[in-house]
Amino acid sequence: MHWNSFAEFLAMGNHAVYVWGSVGVMAVLMIAEPMLLVRGRKTLVARLKRQLRAEQHESVANRSTSNTHRSQA
Amino acid sequence: MTDRVINWYKYASPQTFYPLAGKLIPWFWALAALFGIAGLTIGFLIAPTDAQQGEGYRIIFLHVPASWLSMFIYLVMAFWAGIGLAFNIRLSGMMASALAPTGALFAFLSLWTGALWGKPMWGTWWVWDARLTSELILLFLYIGFIALQAAIDDPRRADKAGAILALVGVVNIPIIYFSVKWWNTLHQGASVSLTKAPSMAAMMLWGMLLCALACWMYSIAIALMRVRTIMLERERHTDWVRALLSGNGHDTSRHP
Amino acid sequence: MLRAVIGRDLRLAMRRQADIVAAMFFFIIVVSLFPLGVGPEPDQLRRMAPGVLWVAALLATMLSLPRLFADDHRDGTLEQLTLAPQPLGVIVLGKVIAHWLVAGLPLVVLAPVLGIQFDLSSDALLVLTVSLLIGTPALSGIGAIGAALTLGVRGGGVLLSLLVLPLYIPVLIFGAGAVDATLSGLGPQAHLSLLGALALGGVFFAPWPTAAALRVALE
Repeated sequence: MHWNSFAEFLAMGNHAVYVWGSVGVMAVLMIAEPMLLVRGRKTLVARLKRQLRAEQHESVANRSTSNTHRSQA
Repeated sequence: MTDRVINWYKYASPQTFYPLAGKLIPWFWALAALFGIAGLTIGFLIAPTDAQQGEGYRIIFLHVPASWLSMFIYLVMAFWAGIGLAFNIRLSGMMASALAPTGALFAFLSLWTGALWGKPMWGTWWVWDARLTSELILLFLYIGFIALQAAIDDPRRADKAGAILALVGVVNIPIIYFSVKWWNTLHQGASVSLTKAPSMAAMMLWGMLLCALACWMYSIAIALMRVRTIMLERERHTDWVRALLSGNGHDTSRHP
Repeated sequence: MLRAVIGRDLRLAMRRQADIVAAMFFFIIVVSLFPLGVGPEPDQLRRMAPGVLWVAALLATMLSLPRLFADDHRDGTLEQLTLAPQPLGVIVLGKVIAHWLVAGLPLVVLAPVLGIQFDLSSDALLVLTVSLLIGTPALSGIGAIGAALTLGVRGGGVLLSLLVLPLYIPVLIFGAGAVDATLSGLGPQAHLSLLGALALGGVFFAPWPTAAALRVALE
């Protein structure tokens, strides 16, 4: 271990702003990217399912019960 | 031999690639986390202080991997784009589109960490150093690629137009880098260069390599995630997506 | 065939001279704005002149690029040209040359006059003119790729500049660098020969990706 104390680690030899500024932004963006992807994917799947249900609803009217069941799963 | 060809084409079809990518994603995340923890531990906890740059040099463990990846991803993107254009494989075009935003992200991070490194080392946020300038231009190229694909509604045309742009970009990158370097040597009075890095301790090198590997695995995981979303969107009228959405809905929602 | 394409494009351009004149005045106005923005000190202006004139030339070229293929696309000529027996790349080369004659050459002619506003010596004016003469064909060639890629795409004009301007950077560096080198006493030869290489590449290689992009746009 290179550091003697946690405070020293945080201070980064008076370069704390620069080092932690880099680490912080990089961490935020690299966490935000997958989160945005997951969210985008969820909305897409929901939208596609809705469209699919609407189509199926048009063609076969009596399937609506099983579809509601599916959307909850 | 023929078997192999058939196999290759089999995995190039979105229908087979989609579940395969879904299975691979957690592994790449695990590898990214593993390499990331190891690299950051070495870089931020174990590696010794740099004699000239003090503790501020630790930004190198983020800056260099981000720069490497930003360049590497452009090459990979152009490779997939070229394959897609030459052999008319849909998956290749989708891979190229999936990689672009992550490449742009790394280009931005490279500039950001470069600026934060430059301030304590050179006393200024930005120098028109050949590498920083080329990185900025690389970011412009990524943005051009993304903007072009976003502006074209037909995905097939977007893929092909993007592929041509990416290939033109790849041919141009060495020319741009050379010209910027030329320009830089003529104009720069003080020599502030990233090339003359002080002889690096083995520990530092290891930290950097591990962090770069982590970023690489991250990029693969992200690209696979994004390509899956692109596939769903583009193939939404095909039978396999319909089956996926209506049949085993849990399979699609289970995985990011 | 090449001559026929050039002749046709020039005739069409003559029918809308207002566009050519507008692009030329854009060039003049942009260049004239800089002294108003930074002040009239001759030393400073002289140092800025190569960059200002070259950047203005890049921007002025951008103005005329969207029309390079748009008119032919609209009236269906472009589709006929793709069916012609000649390779599409050759036809594109003809259009690039015509574009340079209409959009690039006027800049070359105007540049020395505008250079005088910036107190450039006659040596520097000569090099500036030569550098533009060599460099502007590259601008037309590289620009054609962007024009073909954004053909019929929404927001085409802005997108075009986003795609093409980064690719113009080497031309800008060597073009403005040639004048800079003259001003600082170094010879401009090295810059000019590199610029010449870029121009050759731009004019003779760029038509092929442009042709590919046109085929994609017409699918």
